[in-house]
Amino acid sequence: MSDAPKTTDAPKTDAPKTDAPNTGESPKPIEITDPVEINVDGEQLTVQNGELLIDACERNGTYIPRFCYHPRMNPVGMCRMCLVEVDSGRGPALQPSCMIPVSADMSVDTTSDAVAKVQDGVLEFLLANHPLDCPVCDKGGECPLQDQTYAYGPGESRFVEEKRHYAKPISLSETVYMDRERCILCDRCTRFADEVAGDPLIHFINRGSSTEVNTFPDQPFSSYFSGNTVQICPVGALTAKPFRFKARPWDLTVKESTCTRCSVGCRITVESSRDEVLRYQGVDSDSVNWSWLCDKGRFGFEAYNSPQRLREPLVRDAEGELAPVRWSEALGLAADQIRRAIESRGPASVAVIGGARSTNEGAYAWAKLAKTVIGTDNCDAQLGDGLPAEAVLGLSGLTIDELCAPGGTVLWLGPDPLEELPVLQLRLRHAVINDGVRIVEVGSRVTGLRDLVAQRIAARPGETPGVLRQLFETAPASGDTGLATAAALLREAGDDLRVVVGRPNLAESEDVVLESISVLRSSVPGARFMTALGRANVRGAIEAGLAPGLAPGGVSLSNAAVSDAWSTVPAETGSGSAGILEAAAAGRIDVLVLLGADPISDFPDRSLARRALAATPTVISVAPLLDASAAEARIVLASAAFGEVDGTTTNLEGRVTAVTQKVNPPGTARPDWSIASELAVRIDPAVELGRSAAALAEEMWSLSDAYAELAERPESPSGPEGVLCSAGHALELPATPDVELPAPDSYSLRLVIARKLYDGGTLLAASDSSAGLADDAVALLNPADAAPLGVQNATRVKLTSANGNVTLPARADDSVQRGVVVVHHNLAGADARSLVAAGDTVCDVRAEVA
Amino acid sequence: MNAIVNRLGDSTTGSGEDVPLIVSSRFTEPAGHTLEGYRNSGSYRGYEGLRSALERSPSEVGEIVKEATLLGRGGAGFPAGVKWGFCPPDVWPRYIVVNGDESEPGTYKDRVLMERDPHQLIEGCLLAAYAIGAAQVFLYVRGEMAHAQERIAAALNEAYEANLVGRNILGSDFSVDIVLTWGAGAYIVGEETALIESLEGNRGMPRLKPPFFPAAKGLYMQPTVVNNVETLSNLPWLFEHGVNAFRETGTESSPGTRLIALSGHVNNPGVFEVAQGTTTFRDLFESPRYGAGIRNGHELKMFIPGGASAPWFFSEHLDIPLEAREVGPAGSMLGSGAVVVMDETTDAVRACLRLVRFFARESCGKCTPCREGTTWEEQILTRILEGHGRPSDIDLLTDIGDNISPGPYPVAADPGSGLEAVPFPPRQTTICPLGPSSVAPITSALRRFRSEFTDKIKRRDPIPVSSEPVPVNHAGEFDSGAAHV
Repeated sequence: MSDAPKTTDAPKTDAPKTDAPNTGESPKPIEITDPVEINVDGEQLTVQNGELLIDACERNGTYIPRFCYHPRMNPVGMCRMCLVEVDSGRGPALQPSCMIPVSADMSVDTTSDAVAKVQDGVLEFLLANHPLDCPVCDKGGECPLQDQTYAYGPGESRFVEEKRHYAKPISLSETVYMDRERCILCDRCTRFADEVAGDPLIHFINRGSSTEVNTFPDQPFSSYFSGNTVQICPVGALTAKPFRFKARPWDLTVKESTCTRCSVGCRITVESSRDEVLRYQGVDSDSVNWSWLCDKGRFGFEAYNSPQRLREPLVRDAEGELAPVRWSEALGLAADQIRRAIESRGPASVAVIGGARSTNEGAYAWAKLAKTVIGTDNCDAQLGDGLPAEAVLGLSGLTIDELCAPGGTVLWLGPDPLEELPVLQLRLRHAVINDGVRIVEVGSRVTGLRDLVAQRIAARPGETPGVLRQLFETAPASGDTGLATAAALLREAGDDLRVVVGRPNLAESEDVVLESISVLRSSVPGARFMTALGRANVRGAIEAGLAPGLAPGGVSLSNAAVSDAWSTVPAETGSGSAGILEAAAAGRIDVLVLLGADPISDFPDRSLARRALAATPTVISVAPLLDASAAEARIVLASAAFGEVDGTTTNLEGRVTAVTQKVNPPGTARPDWSIASELAVRIDPAVELGRSAAALAEEMWSLSDAYAELAERPESPSGPEGVLCSAGHALELPATPDVELPAPDSYSLRLVIARKLYDGGTLLAASDSSAGLADDAVALLNPADAAPLGVQNATRVKLTSANGNVTLPARADDSVQRGVVVVHHNLAGADARSLVAAGDTVCDVRAEVA
Repeated sequence: MNAIVNRLGDSTTGSGEDVPLIVSSRFTEPAGHTLEGYRNSGSYRGYEGLRSALERSPSEVGEIVKEATLLGRGGAGFPAGVKWGFCPPDVWPRYIVVNGDESEPGTYKDRVLMERDPHQLIEGCLLAAYAIGAAQVFLYVRGEMAHAQERIAAALNEAYEANLVGRNILGSDFSVDIVLTWGAGAYIVGEETALIESLEGNRGMPRLKPPFFPAAKGLYMQPTVVNNVETLSNLPWLFEHGVNAFRETGTESSPGTRLIALSGHVNNPGVFEVAQGTTTFRDLFESPRYGAGIRNGHELKMFIPGGASAPWFFSEHLDIPLEAREVGPAGSMLGSGAVVVMDETTDAVRACLRLVRFFARESCGKCTPCREGTTWEEQILTRILEGHGRPSDIDLLTDIGDNISPGPYPVAADPGSGLEAVPFPPRQTTICPLGPSSVAPITSALRRFRSEFTDKIKRRDPIPVSSEPVPVNHAGEFDSGAAHV
């Protein structure tokens, strides 16, 4: 009886050796700066001195089989599959090519009899206790163990003993399952968890042939990055709940795209079968995600497959219920309302909020509809939780690679990267641990950078500009206080300072951030900035024109070049979301378009959002799912979601990459740009916005020199690295606001509303496997503040501000600074936004045991 | 425990004759483990060697060790003085790690050294630390050796109190700390890189060499000298009596003495300090001072000359001296100084299984060939003994061995079939030598006693295989009569 899959009768040398299996794990790109000559299988190669032999060979067309080696992790040389004969002058010896740095005149034989014998042997050993349940294994068909057994293996096994048995899959976490019988103990998942993610929650347990990968009891593998272990598992040992038994790999068709769950813009493959997206896999983009994804992104497709997806437009009927209608009816009604509003109170009575979840093309179509067809400048892609558009575009110019460049100094004023931009956290972690990057963080609580920062300076909400002044102006650069250490680090960095800004706290006004930026720009004129805003395409939407006062290409309306495509611009400058909602609440807006935006859930001042929606006669929501704001709308236009539209997206660096359509939208849902186009023609029959996403892109890219490369080669965003654009870099920054920080009252705590990766978001709630991962809301207090209040574990407290109160459980947590209370946004149980009023610099609350 | 030392007493005291007791002179002193006993008994005065060494420069001290050609006693037999010189210059701090994780089956010499003469080891550590400028010494004692840990801990306390360890030792400007740590019970931690991993708090799994050789990048990626307990225990005597006295015993290439742990089917098993290079295996087995003959008049069938990992020797090898240069070409190794004797009542296949089972249980699981191969070998040997052998099993065993250790495996010559010896050491597809060690008994047994395998396969007689260790009575005496391995 044979245990291993049989190879064909063809001799093994005919195996396609130079065609690396499509594992997406090619060697990292390098530049040869120190060339040496080596000989591989009789061929003379020029390679980079010191690079790993396994990579040098693969780069030159010789694929050496391997299981444990992964180009983005440290080699361990455990599986012994990559043994080759290396002769460095003392005769050939079998060496693991994943551990051997190449040196001059090395001679390597990857096909000798000795090597072939080892490969046979290692594969036979690996298969000895492997269950060979390939027919029911999710990995079957794309399994490195299977593929390499066919290419290099012995053909049949001599193992007749009883195999090792373990309970079939055990769950390591909510989403990841482990089948220990299939595991070949390559240390990839455990290494990833420890080295890359920094969540060492899975380990080798036991010894010898009883070794298994498992978690500690009662400590599940609850990592934001656990899905990566499934992707890099070289066998079917690790499987993910959303994909288990859904499809065989050979039934999947694949297209490359870009994840749009946050603004990092990780490259992914979208894989589908029978018109249903079943899986995303990380693609190795050297400048962005290095093949890693966060679980929220990786399993995000579930939301789009959800039965709750809107399949057709809805219009509120006579009973006040949203009822399905035909597109012509919904669009006709919407166009009517918009036309009437323009006629009765002028174009400024129409406003558009949102667009950051759309493609660049969708955002451009809506910007053009609003600004030329309707003639309103009341457009904002942000929801009061971002920064002024001029700052988002004008400050930028720092890429992730530049941020993480070896030896640099980073000043982090942004949000918690682990919670909002997870893969950026991985890049930063690598930069700190391996490349000597030093991070100085100023903020009100400990973030995911906790173990990575060189120095953390505590600043309560509103105090950051003052702390920065101290750091750059008055702090001594010597001494052992944190401030002195940080000041020394920053002074050492000089002009080469990399700053990340964002909105770490929804209860703190954007003016505080703008003041910090202004302090930095005067203290360190050469400092370069990255604006870390979470919403995926916020930058692209602003560049496309969905911001007050801006025209496409990151130019101000007053400077916008008049062209055929963009013949008129609104006469008066409009307002951002806060202004729009205030105007709406005051009854000055007749039609409010919510373009994939949900102000009721996301705008920092919830009561304002509610009032605004209630007071607006016609709210049109363009959304894939019925979110809280869409549920209040008069017209809901079902839009196509990610994976259902072609186009481009722009990440937080300004990198334009392609997103691709892989499946058809459900029902009659259609892309944002197409909805804009249909509306435009109904508002003004003479207008034609664009016939396709590609045509819209072409038009947009022709408007600004910043898009020269894209205009010349429109296909270039399809590559894994995309195209970096500098649109808007020349914009003038908004004037430094005059921030008045109320004096802290010794009985009050300053409120921080921060975000968590898993919250009550509409998309997450529609994802089966992620929906349960969101925590309930808790007020986190420093133990020194909690003790006098009598806060024990889960004591309920009442937080009261000038604007309202909430009651929720509280917990002492020493990651929170004294004088601060942290409540996370959009978690079940309490909404801290009811404490906040738009426009206040900070929000002070009193806490008392409820 | 006392059974071992009693025998030692019988055999080594008094009749020292021409072999000086360099490391074992206090084994029979009831108080030899105390500071008082160390200073006042034995073949040299305790801590005097250190006092004289502190008057010399560290490089002179290193030079003396080099001149003495003190070979490492842990298994590889590499000269200690040369090893110390491998630390890259000007890289600080450096560490010394003392490998007291003695766990090779049959080896129990370091245990006696640590239990009976801990101060000798501490003084050796101090001399080595002085020579290489170590910042700290880590004394890693095998997890199961509770008594040795207690004795060393007590001795360290005494030594710290007497200002022999710690700051400004004996009033000099030499300061060093000695840290006692112990393992959690894993044979593999006797391998130096696995020991370093364990010391760092990680799983005891070997590191790959290259790129990290401990001398350049060892403990905490700093230069680290890993020495065996016995090696360092030689230093105090050497510094008291000098290089010439040291070299008077043994041969030019292997001077001095070494401790041999003799076990198995001899009348007088125990730990003996014998002259290196000049003593033969015949001396060891037959001399009344040492083994006093094969037990109960039985005949020698085979013996393991250097611990469970060493290929077997047979009666024609009895006149080979205990000298690495002679043992290696003959197809085996001296290793850790454990000699296991088996008489003709021993079943070669069962002996093989006992040894292979040890390696299978102790495999750390890091690399594939060892993790899967050793267990597979154990399964096949068990099957043969249970009467379920297949004719193909013999070739299979050989080929599994070849996949763990490619190429001809070291083995003794077989005059019967005219096959020549394959010299030591073996090659390996594994990270460390544990996996290849499991091939040694199989290769040796298959070459010499193939018929024992084929007979069992043909007859299909089940021979019960116990998965429990063979019972040993608590006086340390093996049951006589029955064939035990």
